[in-house]
Amino acid sequence: MFVQFSTWDIVRNLLEGGKWTLALSLIAFILGGGVGLAILFARIARNRLLQAFAKTYIEVFQGTPLLMQLFIVFFGLSLVGVDVSPWLAAALGLTLFTSAYLAEIWRGCVEAVPKGQWEASSSLALSYAQQMRHVILPQALRIAVAPTVGFSVQVVKGTAVTSIIGFAELTKTGSMLANATFQPFLVFGLVAAGYFALCYPLSLYAKSLERKFHVAR
Amino acid sequence: MSLVKIAGLHKHFGSNHVLKGIDLDVAQGDVVALIGRSGSGKSTLLRTINGLETIDKGELRVDGTALHDGKGDLRALRQKVGMVFQQFNLFPHLTAGQNVMLAPTVVKGMSKRDAEDIAKEMLLKVGLAEKFDSFPDQLSGGQQQRVAIARALAMQPKVLLCDEITSALDPELVNEVLAVVRQLATEGMTLIMVTHEMRFARDVGNKLIFMHHGRIHESGDPRTVFANPQTPELANFVGSVTVAA
Repeated sequence: MFVQFSTWDIVRNLLEGGKWTLALSLIAFILGGGVGLAILFARIARNRLLQAFAKTYIEVFQGTPLLMQLFIVFFGLSLVGVDVSPWLAAALGLTLFTSAYLAEIWRGCVEAVPKGQWEASSSLALSYAQQMRHVILPQALRIAVAPTVGFSVQVVKGTAVTSIIGFAELTKTGSMLANATFQPFLVFGLVAAGYFALCYPLSLYAKSLERKFHVAR
Repeated sequence: MSLVKIAGLHKHFGSNHVLKGIDLDVAQGDVVALIGRSGSGKSTLLRTINGLETIDKGELRVDGTALHDGKGDLRALRQKVGMVFQQFNLFPHLTAGQNVMLAPTVVKGMSKRDAEDIAKEMLLKVGLAEKFDSFPDQLSGGQQQRVAIARALAMQPKVLLCDEITSALDPELVNEVLAVVRQLATEGMTLIMVTHEMRFARDVGNKLIFMHHGRIHESGDPRTVFANPQTPELANFVGSVTVAA
């Protein structure tokens, strides 16, 4: 009952885990973006109830560790009789986490649009929805691109936490391999390199976008 | 029958009473210049006329659309009142032409083609027909301000409000903007402007209003008022700003 791992075996398994890290990141980012957009609209709505809801939502998810959010989703739902797979719990937890942060980042972008733009569009008799659609959001979007891509780095790294609830992404695969091969330094070195390979291009991209939009303004 | 009628208008910013009972009648074709020191309430008064500042008390009526104590149909009012700002406030993500077309298409539901015709006509009027496809950051300050005037005119307002529209411009660009405003005045456009261009106020305006501490302190025909200030405050103010002969 002894399996010999070659370095290639390690890399091959890590690549398999990395695939799930990538998939989880994408799902969290896409779903989190969608939910985040809804939270953003609630946050900047004129309805105070919606505002208060969005504010609480953002504060709760920003004010608690991602790990606790995952535990609550994973263990909490099974307590009330819903059987959640680690995969679903991870996707759900990260989506909630991502949506709260993106909503807050985007709110900052909406508020960064100068007051004069609101005044000019008001004086042209545009309604609130028309101002948003035609004047404010197009400009906020330009401002949002760089910080949004920058935040995606946090999402990728955040997926590592899901290893604790047993989801076999890059970090979890790494710890299993480290236990089996007794080569933790090599394995975790490769794991770190894997995250870096995912995140570094995103950071570079965010930086170049920042430069581009900075010059454009 | 006045086009713009303001009666007993009061406005507070917190505990600061900035407009203390303004009564003002503006007739069709009037060119009104609002002058006064900063903090006198002149910009606030101008901004109440299209609802950018709320009104605490009093009545505002523009061409039959009224606000009583600040309540009423704001968007209907704004369709009758155009505004041009000190900082131009063009929409930077849209071309000059699109800036002018936006409100006619979105607010009035005009077709793209009709709005484009109007935009071309308005840009021609301000001398910028060839800048239709330029973005604001490709235009000089004077050109941007002229686009802003065209944008306001495209909604065919009954009255145009100008809030220190040359104050942010380099001196050599002031005249091209004033020439457009002068042209509008000659065509019979009703104008209310907050301005520091005393000479322009005197030459183009037919009514001068001197604001002081939130009240209309003195008003009348610009030439008479400038030549013969009735109050020491206005005399003082006129003395402190140069009215070149």
